[in-house]
Amino acid sequence: MENTNLNNQVVNLTKEDFVCDQIVKWCPGCGDHAILKVLQDVFPQLGKRKEDICVVSGIGCSSRFPHYMNTYGFHSIHGRACAIATGVKLANPNLSVWVITGDGDCTAIGGNHFIHAVRRNMDMNLLLFNNRIYGMTKGQFSPCTFRGTVTKTSPQGTYEDPFNVGELVIGAGGKFFARGVDVNTKELTDICLRAKNHDGMSVIEVLQNCMIFSNGVHENITGKDVRDDMQVKCEHGKPLIFGKDRNKGLRLNGNKLEVVTIGENGITEKDILVHDEKEGTTGIHMMLAHMMPPAFPIAIGVIRNVDAPTYDDCLTDVIERESAKSNIKTVDDLLNSGTTWDIK
Amino acid sequence: MANRTKVVELEHVVIRFAGDSGDGMQLTGNLFSDSTALAGNDFATFPDYPGEIRPPQGTVSGVSGFQVHFGHKPVHTTGDLCDVLVAMNPASIKANMRWLKPGTTIIFDVDSMNDKALEKAGYTSDPTQDDTLSQYKVVKAPITSMTLEALKDFGWDRKAMLKSKNMFALGIVMYLFNRDITMLNGYFNTKFKNKPEVIKANQTVVAAGYSYADTMEIFANTYRIEPANLAKGKYRDITGNVATAWGLMAAAERSGRQIFCGSYPITPATDILAELVKYKNLKVKAFQAEDEIAGICSSLGASFAGCLAVTTTSGPGLSLKSEALGLAVMTELPLVVVDVQRGGPSTGLPTKSEQSDLMQAIYGRNGDAPLIVLAARSSSDCFYSAYEAAKLAMEHMTPVILLTEGALGNGSEILRIPRVADLPAIVPPIAKANDPEWQPYKRDEEKLNRQWAIPGTEGLRHRISGLEKANGSGNLSLDPKNHQLMVELREEKVQRVANFIPEQEIVGDPNADLLVVSWGGTYGVVLSVVEKMLEEGKSVAHAHFRHIMPLPKNTAKVLSGHKKIVVCENNNGQFVNYLREKMPDFKYEQYNKIQGLPFLTAELENKFNDLLK
Repeated sequence: MENTNLNNQVVNLTKEDFVCDQIVKWCPGCGDHAILKVLQDVFPQLGKRKEDICVVSGIGCSSRFPHYMNTYGFHSIHGRACAIATGVKLANPNLSVWVITGDGDCTAIGGNHFIHAVRRNMDMNLLLFNNRIYGMTKGQFSPCTFRGTVTKTSPQGTYEDPFNVGELVIGAGGKFFARGVDVNTKELTDICLRAKNHDGMSVIEVLQNCMIFSNGVHENITGKDVRDDMQVKCEHGKPLIFGKDRNKGLRLNGNKLEVVTIGENGITEKDILVHDEKEGTTGIHMMLAHMMPPAFPIAIGVIRNVDAPTYDDCLTDVIERESAKSNIKTVDDLLNSGTTWDIK
Repeated sequence: MANRTKVVELEHVVIRFAGDSGDGMQLTGNLFSDSTALAGNDFATFPDYPGEIRPPQGTVSGVSGFQVHFGHKPVHTTGDLCDVLVAMNPASIKANMRWLKPGTTIIFDVDSMNDKALEKAGYTSDPTQDDTLSQYKVVKAPITSMTLEALKDFGWDRKAMLKSKNMFALGIVMYLFNRDITMLNGYFNTKFKNKPEVIKANQTVVAAGYSYADTMEIFANTYRIEPANLAKGKYRDITGNVATAWGLMAAAERSGRQIFCGSYPITPATDILAELVKYKNLKVKAFQAEDEIAGICSSLGASFAGCLAVTTTSGPGLSLKSEALGLAVMTELPLVVVDVQRGGPSTGLPTKSEQSDLMQAIYGRNGDAPLIVLAARSSSDCFYSAYEAAKLAMEHMTPVILLTEGALGNGSEILRIPRVADLPAIVPPIAKANDPEWQPYKRDEEKLNRQWAIPGTEGLRHRISGLEKANGSGNLSLDPKNHQLMVELREEKVQRVANFIPEQEIVGDPNADLLVVSWGGTYGVVLSVVEKMLEEGKSVAHAHFRHIMPLPKNTAKVLSGHKKIVVCENNNGQFVNYLREKMPDFKYEQYNKIQGLPFLTAELENKFNDLLK
């Protein structure tokens, strides 16, 4: 990939430019390894100097990520990655900022920062590794754990409903939401590049498997024998068709989505809902994000991708406008403005 | 206008304007302090708002006040007991009884007196008729009716005319202090630009008040306060919160760093954020975050990315910021946290001043997490303290907590306008691109700080973390010996700041029998008392601490050689206990006032005289 350095000379970056000398300490078989490889593939394609990329994380297994990426990185404290990344981006809008977080870090302790970063439309990319469990603290339920799941802190099963990350993002006014699977690296790479091209906050939920504490939690979606029937790929302008035989589709029936079979009951491809990621209203995107097996396939790919002004651009614009029109150019000017008097 | 009564010279005066929240007392006070500036006096002001936004009209809780302390000699405080009280209704008298002293002149709008007003104020009988006010000189002026009379030709409705009654009171006060009422014109012209009718009405009513006081001879004598002997230069009036904002902005400009402030609204610190957001023209990046934690975290992110990063708060907010402050200590990034202290614990007394966050500032984090703690001593000093906080943070690569107080933040003082170029240089240790010697945690031999390697710089990519790191390389490290080394280095780094700050000053004889110790916003009142006692020949000295952590190098020397040491503070003994820990060779007396109120000069004087017996 071609990049330019400070003197606008073209430099070619490769995956190796982003590999760190630190030993990767995730468990063997952890989905995080695959995601690391994806971003090491994506970063040379950002069109940025490697010095202009910053990875920010909170606390948890996923949050070790910055240590394994040879960029500027900030591994911070539990839940605060969005807040820290916001400061990084506002301080230097030229940086490409990537937030790495998990379901506990992002939707429990960091929930407030997350929804507000989404609402403000900060120009950052966020990968939420969703394994529906607290891994680093060894197996407690998270806000994304399904009702009834037995964990260390729910020996009788949980009695609370989980967050659906997509609904949370869209509900918070999110403009870009995508969902991918850790092991589908090609697909995830494409999603990350789409996120990079989106101006504003991009949230990517990665269904990630924790071998130790929630092994197989996504098996009903990702399992070889079910994945074609349980995943529908969202592609802009294309009908939402899925299934082993590519004969199933999503149809809008009244105000609800339903799964239909092409060729049955007179259903043709024309009846199938065509995905429009650019739709400003949230209704259908919300329904797509909401879908869960077994009644529905899960929506994969870019579900929502709507253009809107970003917070950092707005701040930059106000600063440029105000500094151009003001007579006060320095703090000395300010100190001497307004009511002053001389003592002689 | 000639003043016909006898003129008495005074050294200094405290005047308090009090009225119902809608009576315009803040404006009146500001106008009076403006004329005080033009008269060449030194002065300080303090607004005393009700805690509620729209408290019940006419009640004691609805009284809004504005105090001006001005003088011929240097004015160190916003004043305590008042010489003159302007009271626009009975509740204003009731609310301010605490601030009266025998002989206080009360200028009272007698038209405001009726049964309903008395009842609302909680009086069972008319205080101007019974002996409630027998110790004071009460001037009963028909302020409301005279204002209506003065404006009768303006063709305004009654409600509009009554808005000017504060100007009638101001006219009376201008007469009392021999001020030329044309001094107010500049302010009127700016404030009511494009409203010539309003300017004319205000001028008319001020003149009417002035003439009323003159022709009715309501005062036995009037007063003059000679101009203060202030250093030559250009001056302005500034509140502590504005001074804090400007001091930080000056530090950003001087250091060549952009300023970023991530903050969350909290009384009484909000005005700093509200001030910073105004200056987009000066490229100030101020960000109202979703909570206190996001305030400090966004600032720390901005610090990593190369900004002079600031977050502003008050006590409860500082509690919420503790964890991120630990991260700032661990990542050794510059950060200024301004804590405008208020009464605590918990929500406490949000609109009242206190000095009770000292221990939280010094110790309030998990682990051994040392940082620099400074305290501003007055409203105008907030400018210099904020500047120094930013300088120390950036040059030593560490978080700094700057403690100010509600009374300093909201109060104002005159500031001799400095030139930014005359302020001390600020040279942050910014790492150079592609420096082969650079390592994330390689330290300066003298300061022990690491370098600021700013994202975007070629050849300096690195990762920082709240996890312990190996000294030098900055790689994650669980090595036991390295952890001990790093804990000790972080402590030593902060202690070495003592090599870069001024020595502790002492006012009075360094071997005086009684050493009075104070810190923060009690500076003015303590100094006033010590100066008075020094004039009386008492063996007393004053050491006021700005640098709390670390203490100045000569602290032990300053504390030596006295029969007694008394530490005065508006908390239950936090600095005194810190001194007991850090300077255990001395015996300390203490004087603590924790009422949400400042020290009174009289109470301190009594205490110091008792200790000298």
